[in-house]
Amino acid sequence: MTEALRQHCESIKAAYPEAQSALIPILHALQDTYGYVTPQAVEEAAELMAMTPAEVEGVVSFYTLFHRQAKGRFHIQVCDNLSCRLRGADQLVAHLAERWRLEPGAASPDGLFSLERVECLAACGYAPVAQVNLRYYYHLTPEKADQVLGGLADGEEARGERI
Amino acid sequence: MSESKVLLANADVAGIESLAVYERHGGYRALKKGITQMTAAEVAQAVLDSGLRGRGGAGFPTGRKWSFLPNDGRPRILVCNADEGEPGTFKDHYLIHRLPHLLVEGMILSAYAIGAPRAFIYLRGEFLQGYELLEQAMAEATAAGYLGEHILGTDYALDLQLYRGAGAYICGEETALLDSLEGRRGIPRMKPPFPATAGLYGLPTVVNNVETLCAVVPIVEHGGAWFKSMGTEKSPGTKIYSMSGSLQRPGNYEFEMGVKLSDLIEAAGGLLPGRSFKAVVPGGASAAYLTGEHIDIAMDYDTLAQSGTMLGSGGVIVLDDSVCIVSFTRRAMEFFRHESCGKCTPCREGTLWMDQVLSRLELGQGTEADLNLLLDLSDNIAGRTFCAFGDAAVAMVASSVRLFRQEYVDHFTHQGCPLLRERVG
Ligand SMILES: Cc1cc2nc3c(=O)[nH]c(=O)nc-3n(C[C@H](O)[C@H](O)[C@H](O)COP(=O)(O)O)c2cc1C
Ligand code: SF4
Ligand code: FES
Repeated sequence: MTEALRQHCESIKAAYPEAQSALIPILHALQDTYGYVTPQAVEEAAELMAMTPAEVEGVVSFYTLFHRQAKGRFHIQVCDNLSCRLRGADQLVAHLAERWRLEPGAASPDGLFSLERVECLAACGYAPVAQVNLRYYYHLTPEKADQVLGGLADGEEARGERI
Repeated sequence: MSESKVLLANADVAGIESLAVYERHGGYRALKKGITQMTAAEVAQAVLDSGLRGRGGAGFPTGRKWSFLPNDGRPRILVCNADEGEPGTFKDHYLIHRLPHLLVEGMILSAYAIGAPRAFIYLRGEFLQGYELLEQAMAEATAAGYLGEHILGTDYALDLQLYRGAGAYICGEETALLDSLEGRRGIPRMKPPFPATAGLYGLPTVVNNVETLCAVVPIVEHGGAWFKSMGTEKSPGTKIYSMSGSLQRPGNYEFEMGVKLSDLIEAAGGLLPGRSFKAVVPGGASAAYLTGEHIDIAMDYDTLAQSGTMLGSGGVIVLDDSVCIVSFTRRAMEFFRHESCGKCTPCREGTLWMDQVLSRLELGQGTEADLNLLLDLSDNIAGRTFCAFGDAAVAMVASSVRLFRQEYVDHFTHQGCPLLRERVG
């Protein structure tokens, strides 16, 4: 762990009235740094929080946003819950498989993209909805998905859209 | 009936997420009134008088909830529940992303009213953009003297903090949320004690939904009686209805409580071209279906409860005639199976079992006995689980079997979905 990261984590800890509240924010910070919650990240969080690695594992495994393996540089979370299904989420997933060779749960061979089907993203009126690196993209028709992914493949950043 | 925009009055104003534009449209006027001209007790009284009921799903009167805080000298905490994850619901998402200052203003006023020196906004982990917008809004509010030490030159100080969860629907349940905010797995707590007596860090805590806290702003500005004059007697005020599904203009629409379902559908542009109405889930995936018979039903807490469903979070999902109820219901159960926290057996095992039964029914491999099994399982889950998730998980299924039994039967007599066959040709 770099000194800067350690200091950042210590400042998170200091921000809460009870240090225990810092665990999830610290795990977010470690995941943002390492790409996913690596075994090393679990050890580091445990040490910072004065917990056992098993206790940290228990928390990590509860939450779907904590990943245990490498994701693509752009991690795409497609909602396929009720409202998005009514507006073409399945077609979107099928299109990502066909045109972009993306399968849920896996990263593309070049490491650029990974795909995950997720539960409702609380944006059901703008369906189908997806997030790229937790930034929202709304009304994702296959054509629009091609534009977004194409832009990212060409070096754009995932900025998301404003509602 | 036309829209009555109160919370969303300025939602479409360009740049409203910035302090300058928000102030130009009357922003922080209520805060000035509340903090410099009213006592905390007067602000709380206005909320009590307004009859405002919690917008997170349960509809508990907000003023009464606040009055349960014990007067024992311990510091109090206000927590905003921004974990919105109920399928079909996207009003908090809209409020946070469009009107971050409205939530900040509502938080400060509410914390003042209950005498809390500390408050948290618990955002679902996916609201990263919302987190950044709120961070910005809080920094602006602090610089303007609305937040932090000596708010508006008074002795009132508030430490407001943002917190991002990490993906778990159950963390919307207020006690699971508190556990998550304390850095643990989000598992519901035993009640009592209620958060009002032992909440975050064991301190007296109020948990309120985003929309509830936003509503405090116009209530303080215009008075409790004004709010109460809108809506119905038992469900006063306006409500943001999240309209999604087979509609031409899905989106958030704010109406007085008790608006007719048909008016909401009309506001959202009506059904998609060439489609007709089949059913509606009126309060997120935790609510039982209604059919065309109820197309003019008044969308308030009591009327919907009397009809065997609920207003819940106000997430209205409209289904057209091309939608297969069996498949749709199965998908809802997959959600609940996935999100069950696993603490109690009826919910953990029951949702798994119901998902399996619904899956075979969808594939046309079910039997008549399966339909009774679904109703049986529903009965054994509803009311028998540790938290309200269990009731929520079975509402759509149980009502689907009652309202659409023939559609289930058609699946096993045709060995598959008749609607799908029709479409594929
Ligand atoms: C399974 C479950 C999920 C819930 N999810 C949410 C949620 O996402 N947001 C919310 O405000 N309330 C949610 N609630 C309701 C909260 O427990 C609580 O009643 C609410 O936050 C109180 O705020 P209010 O009085 O302002 O409505 C949920 C309840 C249950 C049982
Ligand atoms: S009802 Fe379900 S979500 Fe609630 S405590 Fe039991 S297992 Fe957990
Ligand atoms: S169902 Fe997809 S965002 Fe809610």
